[in-house]
Amino acid sequence: MPTTAHATASAFADATASDSALRRFLHGLPGVDAVGLEARAAALGTRSIKTTAKAYAIDLAISVIDLTTLEGADTPGKVRALGAKAVHPDPTDRTTPRTAAVCVYPDMVAAAKEAVAGSGVKVASVATAFPAGRAALTVKLADVQDAVSAGADEIDMVIDRGAFLAGKYLKVYEEIRAVREACGERARLKVIFETGELSTYDNIRRASWLGMMAGADFIKTSTGKVGVNATPANTLLMLEAVRDFKQQTGVQIGVKPAGGIRTSKDAVKFLVLVNETAGPDWLDNHWFRFGASSLLNDLLMQRQKLATGRYSGPDYVTVD
Amino acid sequence: MSDKSEARLSVFKTYKLYVGGKFPRSESGRVYEVTSSKGEWLANAPQSSRKDARDAVVAARKAFGGWAGKTAYNRGQVLYRVAEMLEGRREQFVREVADAEGLSKSKAGAQVDAAVDRWVWYAGWTDKIAQIAGGANPVAGPYFNLSSPEPTGVVTVVAPQESPLLGLVSVLAPVIATGNTAVVIASERAPLPALSLGEVLATSDLPGGVVNILSGRTAEIAAPLAAHQDVNALDLCGADEVLAKELEVAAAENLKRVLRPQPVDWSADPGTHRLTAFLETKTVWHPTGSLGASGSAY
Repeated sequence: MPTTAHATASAFADATASDSALRRFLHGLPGVDAVGLEARAAALGTRSIKTTAKAYAIDLAISVIDLTTLEGADTPGKVRALGAKAVHPDPTDRTTPRTAAVCVYPDMVAAAKEAVAGSGVKVASVATAFPAGRAALTVKLADVQDAVSAGADEIDMVIDRGAFLAGKYLKVYEEIRAVREACGERARLKVIFETGELSTYDNIRRASWLGMMAGADFIKTSTGKVGVNATPANTLLMLEAVRDFKQQTGVQIGVKPAGGIRTSKDAVKFLVLVNETAGPDWLDNHWFRFGASSLLNDLLMQRQKLATGRYSGPDYVTVD
Repeated sequence: MSDKSEARLSVFKTYKLYVGGKFPRSESGRVYEVTSSKGEWLANAPQSSRKDARDAVVAARKAFGGWAGKTAYNRGQVLYRVAEMLEGRREQFVREVADAEGLSKSKAGAQVDAAVDRWVWYAGWTDKIAQIAGGANPVAGPYFNLSSPEPTGVVTVVAPQESPLLGLVSVLAPVIATGNTAVVIASERAPLPALSLGEVLATSDLPGGVVNILSGRTAEIAAPLAAHQDVNALDLCGADEVLAKELEVAAAENLKRVLRPQPVDWSADPGTHRLTAFLETKTVWHPTGSLGASGSAY
């Protein structure tokens, strides 16, 4: 990825030359029609996905999950259990696809690596003083290096919302660049905007472009730690941003809505958004992810229902 | 406007389901016509789909932990409160029962009174059933050995097709008295008293989801519930012979507890049979220390 990141950086060299140039660029992006955006997201959520399409959507949704545990009470044992679940989500049905990754705190990366070794499931680590991001850059970079050296395949960083809201876009840009470099060749970088704290759709669009220009491999809605997380509308907005970015630069960026997606129905709505906005190129766990934990159980119960014709229950999936 | 009775438009009641403490319409948007015993149109009742049944089970499962965890004494108080609320709506229920069963006002009144009394009767049983269904067991060893009855879980109740109020209360009250939560399929022909009972339950301190009431085609709703992996027991009271057999076969898949239909006289003393039908026995061994050696007083 670093090569593409380099290419995009030079493509936007003018825009990122100074704080004022960057501000001019980001504020020059077209304003978001909030009513239109929400109406479009709601309209796409009314599609009826049944039978074989539903089976396909459920399997796809499972395969794009970043199975997440980000609790103060995480133990190596819990991370191992999560890893086992990521590799075999439904032990009674081995045709169930694996999840894309497990997502943990940096100190749990080693335990997670061991748990998913040889399965193809990736290990993502949050970093940069997650979830608040309120720490000095050196501390954030040390956090990233710690996770990368422990073997993390993906780094989920948070942007400095304080700097962003204060209009110091170049500071945010340079921080993302620094983290991108710290990730090196090995790790893909997901940039979390915490859309619930950006307060306007215009800000979400600006943050998306800022993140993509700075070399993010993925743009991600939220940490899951605040009141408003991934919504269909803000995810749709970010999908439009990656679509436009690809049209303009030829570089494809992934999208990851995270937090608050708990039911299969919700997950399918998001997949419809992806297909209708960014296109089928994104319907793959290299370019689209769900940050979720309880969603997986609901998907498994739906999968069991499709397979047996009987409604399943929480007794038939693991409680984590 | 001179004639008052002419000026007033009649206000028809929209009967709705009772699921998770709320009053939704059927997810399918369907209704069916409910008629009196003489064939006169009474109201449109929601015709539930299997998705309504699924939602009801989710609500019942969510409510189970809280309801089963309440003290038996508290459950008794809540059930008594249901009786109080039902008494307060006596007139409405007399009318609905009279229409549904083709009874005179006085006979319908007797039915409603009996239904109120049945709630009181089961309210009294909540903190007594453990004494008769459990207790200390004598064992040959230095242990206390105690058996205590525990609620089975989510119970689907196919309510009796006849006796839409008294029969319904007689099968529903014992299920929730012991701490189970219920998904009730109301009488197909006469669902109105059951749907109105939902309004009584909603105002009786009964936590939402403990009782969920569905109306519609019994066979259509009962089939997915009998096969549902998250339903723990099935009361087939209102199922005819053919349907009961089908449902019992479907219920065998996850070893649901099944109570088969049997002829019941709803006005007779109900006994404890229905209370104990949906209980599991938990037995605990607790060491008492070495008896004898120390001359312990255990």
